[in-house]
Amino acid sequence: MENIIHCEKLKSAEDAIKWIRHGDHVLVGGFGLCGTPFTLIDTIAESDHARELTIISNNLGEAGKGLGKLLISKHIKKAIGSYFTSNRDAVKAWKSGELEIELIPQGTLAEAIRAGGAGIAAFYTKTAVGTQLAEGKEERVFNGERYLLQRGIRANVALIKALKADTMGNLIYSKTARNFNPMMATAADLVIVEVDEIVEVGTFAPEEIVTPHNYVDIVVLNDRYEKVGGEYVERHRK
Amino acid sequence: MLNVTGNKSAAARIRIAKRIAQELQEGTVVNLGVGIPTLIQNYLKPDSKVYLQSENGLLGIGPTPPPEEIDMDLISASKHPITFGEGASIFSSSDSFVMIRGGHIDVAVMGALQVSQTGEIANWAVPGQDILGVGGAMDLVANAKKIIIAISHVAKDQSPKIVKELTYPTSGIRQAEMIVTEKAVFRIENGQLRLDELSSDTTLEEIQKLTEAEFIVSEKLKTMAVD
Repeated sequence: MENIIHCEKLKSAEDAIKWIRHGDHVLVGGFGLCGTPFTLIDTIAESDHARELTIISNNLGEAGKGLGKLLISKHIKKAIGSYFTSNRDAVKAWKSGELEIELIPQGTLAEAIRAGGAGIAAFYTKTAVGTQLAEGKEERVFNGERYLLQRGIRANVALIKALKADTMGNLIYSKTARNFNPMMATAADLVIVEVDEIVEVGTFAPEEIVTPHNYVDIVVLNDRYEKVGGEYVERHRK
Repeated sequence: MLNVTGNKSAAARIRIAKRIAQELQEGTVVNLGVGIPTLIQNYLKPDSKVYLQSENGLLGIGPTPPPEEIDMDLISASKHPITFGEGASIFSSSDSFVMIRGGHIDVAVMGALQVSQTGEIANWAVPGQDILGVGGAMDLVANAKKIIIAISHVAKDQSPKIVKELTYPTSGIRQAEMIVTEKAVFRIENGQLRLDELSSDTTLEEIQKLTEAEFIVSEKLKTMAVD
């Protein structure tokens, strides 16, 4: 650690999550547990200042893992995503009326977040026409085909996970851990990214950078999880 | 006894996977759904030049890694560890659904709870059960260029899965082009279900008994050619 890297956006996870307010809408990156900001989620789960959150994420992690922890700690009022059956706690919480769920097809969800980040209020898609998920949605015919209206999605805060940030906040992602993270970085008032490593500006070639630095407000270092056998596992805490 | 049924069902799944593998043309981009479709990869020839897309943001799924090479940053949409195939690329979820919704997937192979005689698909929800997951099913149904349904001919309770009209919630108004079971291959053209192939261990009478949907029999009815 002889080279101390100076990153103005770097904050502790505890300080970063203070920006989340009670009742906020929060975008959280990840597909299952892949590309999940574990350190940020665990820090929220241990804190008490922001509850009643609406979480917008493809899943709610798994039982007791990732966003699954936030469900157990009773921070989530509502979940918006495409697939919740893989977390049995989410199914239970929904049955008991503790959790609201809004189901959106995965592609519609991804595009709604992209639109939200791109200043597009709404768009039309063929996905889900004629199904139960079309109920209450405006339908319109273009070129003889039926389409559904979907509004863009934005949130107060986005919690995303990247592999590395440079000191300006440019981001690169690891393999399929990219998933929803880059769109989410564009669609919230405040974007907090968790990374495994911070490197000097210039380390990434411009064409390698997936999320440019201007989307990123706060950088948090993952200091709670390490990769063992290809999987992120919690470190023993002091 | 359980074992016998288990083996029988595994053999049935493999037969379906092998038959569909024959259907995938060189140079095509294919999305394989959860269940039987994921088996298809095992029966593609190494030089098949079929490029598998995964909706979590990858084109070019390679074989399952040995345990020591597993990296859970590299997973399929079924959340299983995978590797990069030839010419693989990574993209975000929204770009992945540009590929799916923009009609850039040549073939989507998916399982189903039911398929109707016009090819309408029910593959995301069971009536009376909680509806808490849809994933990318509806996006693929609505937008893939060709849909092949991979299903066992009948459900576990022996009820037909190829039905006149869906009693399970529909996945969309778009209809499948082909249905492959362990007993038969059907194609759907102009809203008409047609039996094209029969497995060597069944008869037309049995298919008629186990299929609720109305279908015509192809003049060129063949035996399903899988080992």
